[in-house]
Amino acid sequence: MSTGFIHSTESFGTVDGPGLRFVVFLAGCPMRCLYCHNPDTWERTRGTERSVEDILEEYDGVKTLLRGGGITCTGGEPLMQIAFVTELFEAAKERGIHTCLDTSGITFDPKDSGKLAKFDRLLEVTDLILLDIKHIDPEEHRKLTGHSNENVLAFLQYLDTKGQDVWIRHVVVPGLTLEDRWLYPLGEFLGGFRNIKALDVLPYHNMGAVKYEALGLEYPLKDTAPATKEEALHARSVILAGMKSTRQKIMKS
Amino acid sequence: MDFVVHNGAWDGFQGGAWKKHINVRDFILLNYTLYEGDDSFLAGPSARTQKLWDKVLGLFQKERENDGVLDMDTKVVSTITSHGAGYIEKDLEQIVGLQTDSPLKRSLQVFGGIRMAVQACETNGYSVDPEVVDIFTKWRKTHNQGVFDIYTPDMKAARHAGIITGLPDAYGRGRIIGDYRRVALYGVDNLIAEKQKEFRFAPTRMTSENMRHREELTEQIRALQELKELGSIYGLDISEPAKNAKEAVQWLYFGYLAAVKQQNGAAMSLGRTSTFLDIYIERDLQKGLITEEDAQELIDQFVMKLRMVKFARTPAYNEIFAGDPTWVTESLAGVGIDGRPLVTKNSFRYLHTLENLGTAPEPNMTVLWSTRLPQGFKNYCAKVSIDTSSIQYENDDLMRVTHGDDYAIACCVSSMRVGKEMQFFGARANLAKCLLYAINGGVDERLGVQVGPKFRAVEGDYLDFDDVWEKFLAMMNWLAELYVNTLNVIHYSHDKYNYESLQMALHDEHVKRYFATGIAGLSVVADSLSAIKYAKVKAIRNEEGVIVDYEVEGDFPKYGNNDERVDSLAVEAVQQFMYSIRKHHTYRESIPTMSILTITSNVVYGKKTGNTPDGRKMGVPLAPGANPMSGRDTHGAAASLASVSKLPFEYAQDGISNTFTIIPNALGKDDVFLGELDLDIELDAGCCEDNITIE
Repeated sequence: MSTGFIHSTESFGTVDGPGLRFVVFLAGCPMRCLYCHNPDTWERTRGTERSVEDILEEYDGVKTLLRGGGITCTGGEPLMQIAFVTELFEAAKERGIHTCLDTSGITFDPKDSGKLAKFDRLLEVTDLILLDIKHIDPEEHRKLTGHSNENVLAFLQYLDTKGQDVWIRHVVVPGLTLEDRWLYPLGEFLGGFRNIKALDVLPYHNMGAVKYEALGLEYPLKDTAPATKEEALHARSVILAGMKSTRQKIMKS
Repeated sequence: MDFVVHNGAWDGFQGGAWKKHINVRDFILLNYTLYEGDDSFLAGPSARTQKLWDKVLGLFQKERENDGVLDMDTKVVSTITSHGAGYIEKDLEQIVGLQTDSPLKRSLQVFGGIRMAVQACETNGYSVDPEVVDIFTKWRKTHNQGVFDIYTPDMKAARHAGIITGLPDAYGRGRIIGDYRRVALYGVDNLIAEKQKEFRFAPTRMTSENMRHREELTEQIRALQELKELGSIYGLDISEPAKNAKEAVQWLYFGYLAAVKQQNGAAMSLGRTSTFLDIYIERDLQKGLITEEDAQELIDQFVMKLRMVKFARTPAYNEIFAGDPTWVTESLAGVGIDGRPLVTKNSFRYLHTLENLGTAPEPNMTVLWSTRLPQGFKNYCAKVSIDTSSIQYENDDLMRVTHGDDYAIACCVSSMRVGKEMQFFGARANLAKCLLYAINGGVDERLGVQVGPKFRAVEGDYLDFDDVWEKFLAMMNWLAELYVNTLNVIHYSHDKYNYESLQMALHDEHVKRYFATGIAGLSVVADSLSAIKYAKVKAIRNEEGVIVDYEVEGDFPKYGNNDERVDSLAVEAVQQFMYSIRKHHTYRESIPTMSILTITSNVVYGKKTGNTPDGRKMGVPLAPGANPMSGRDTHGAAASLASVSKLPFEYAQDGISNTFTIIPNALGKDDVFLGELDLDIELDAGCCEDNITIE
């Protein structure tokens, strides 16, 4: 059985999927999102090597308190360790545990058939995916994260054809993503998919700044104010408007 | 033989054992109307209630401006009948009765100890009448003096060093719940007759025990006669049972009022009254005598009176108990042994006072929660909790097993069958300090003097687990014995000089007594032992050779992470201390229990505890109750709760607390889902039918 590099675990996760969840933070991420609030999860080497059994044993210790929940893998980017996550979820499904994957989708590659097979095996045992779309515009996405969003968007398409349930997450950052000219086209894009069950628009906060300091890193968004709850609600309504317009077009055609 | 009732008060009630013997539970189960609906029937506050409440709010405001006390009685010693009638505004009051003759004027309660009463007045800028001080110093002994006449030098030293703290040796012990419902159901005359019968049949072989019993019964009868007089002070005759809802609320409140006029106990809880009173309200509603608005008005005004209960306290007392609490705890809902939830419309009305009058910490509304409570009630609890943050929940499914379906909570978690059980409140022993005494051979680490027995102290530079553990067991044995004996002294003296005759008159003749010990500093003990066992702990001695600090080399498992290695040490400490407690004689054949539930006093206990081997520094607060030390639980709340839940309830039956705060945003969200209304058009009609919802 393989092992994974684990940054930490949270036994009382309430915001990463349905119900009360046991959340596994995997170490290592290829993205360097400017607003990242978990820079301590970027390097795989910061993680502790742990086995599937070890993780599930820890889950067992608290499972009576987790109602209507399950296990969520997040990070870091959990798909950096797709083999480990797959084995963890396979073992979890054998025990009837709800599985949820919180990912940026960045490691997906529709042209790599070997990779696709790995993704298919993972999807077999994944109940829900939380897909974090950082930015709809390829260039802006690159500026924000260091990578193009081509594979992320392709991943959503792929999940739709597979009939895989997805919750979309989108962080709104003043000056970066919190602008109607980006939010509306994001909605237009999302409107074309059947598998999106929820849309969670998260206001950017700067509570991660202390972690940068602790790591001796410069905080990239020193001058950016946190987004308000109202701004997030507005952003969500703009995205929804974009989604509606696409659906109307599809229905007409 | 049935009780005699002349006034038709029981017309329409289903008869049963309760008509022959005092048995409020039987009356409730035979007569209550289960309500399974929602909150839509509830009524807002009446115009009278609003006017009256505005006036009270004005008084609260004045009280705050006046540094927390509006007025104090300095001359009239509080008894059940000490004061004339007092009103807020007579014409508006549906339920009457104040502790003194004027609203929020704090009564002078001296039987617990004249010194505390004097200090409470002085620190608030008042001074007690010299004649009263004289009487209660020279001629009438108080509880406090009784205790100190008996205390051994060891007890005084332990108290001074703070290894046992918060002891009720200078104030009322509280934690006794009179069955105030009996006043309404039976009327005072029937209760007196019952007590007279008990007295007639009480043993006449004059042992100390039997003499005390006879004397107490007579005091109870006298208190009931005074209770009747309290009614007549307000122009009401409560000798007969209550005939209607208004009388039932009023009679019950007089019972409670008499208790708080006689005692200023550390917790003066109300019991389990809402479903009882619903029976009267329901009968009046059925007969068309009152409307829902009238019913709510009675409850609103009753609760208003409970919110006005105040005691004269000293700053030191308020420091231990955080603020100015009275612990007027009311236990609501729960499920009956027969499987029917004990939820009535009145359970809703009580909670609704938090909406009609606004949020308040008192009375401490405590929902006895069961998975089997009706959904409508659960929903309403959630709503009121979200809006007011003022409801406490306790696990009825757990407590019903041992306490049945007519128990109530005294203070915050102490459960007892109403009118059948009571407890001797015992404050706490500081187990963290006990560990330091074990290491230093009984020398107090702060005072540098010998307080505990002169056992051999730890030797060498590094602490050895087996050595420390053995010493800790021995020191716990010493502490348990001293602690139990100290409490024996306190409760003997309290019974003698500050007997709760009114509250005990509202109990059965023979009550089950719990001897409620408690511990503080459990997580410090667990982490310290863990550090000694799994890391290296170097002892640092001062010039006198007393170990006053520790250097921890390496990491160690910390309590609060569901890690068996350290959690088992916490469990072991709890069990061992309870074993030690049980070895000793407890006053009046009381049953020893233990609590791990400091909520605020852990701050004070921390001040009195030196550096500990887990790396905690002198003066840093101990964690509250059974909580992990702040910041050491790194695996989230469920893991932290899992650690706490390992502590065995059989060894800590008086309650285990884990204080846990969470901001609403961290509790998940329910507004992220996409439904038909969001998008107007669904591409696939089936896609949203099974939206996942967060419970």
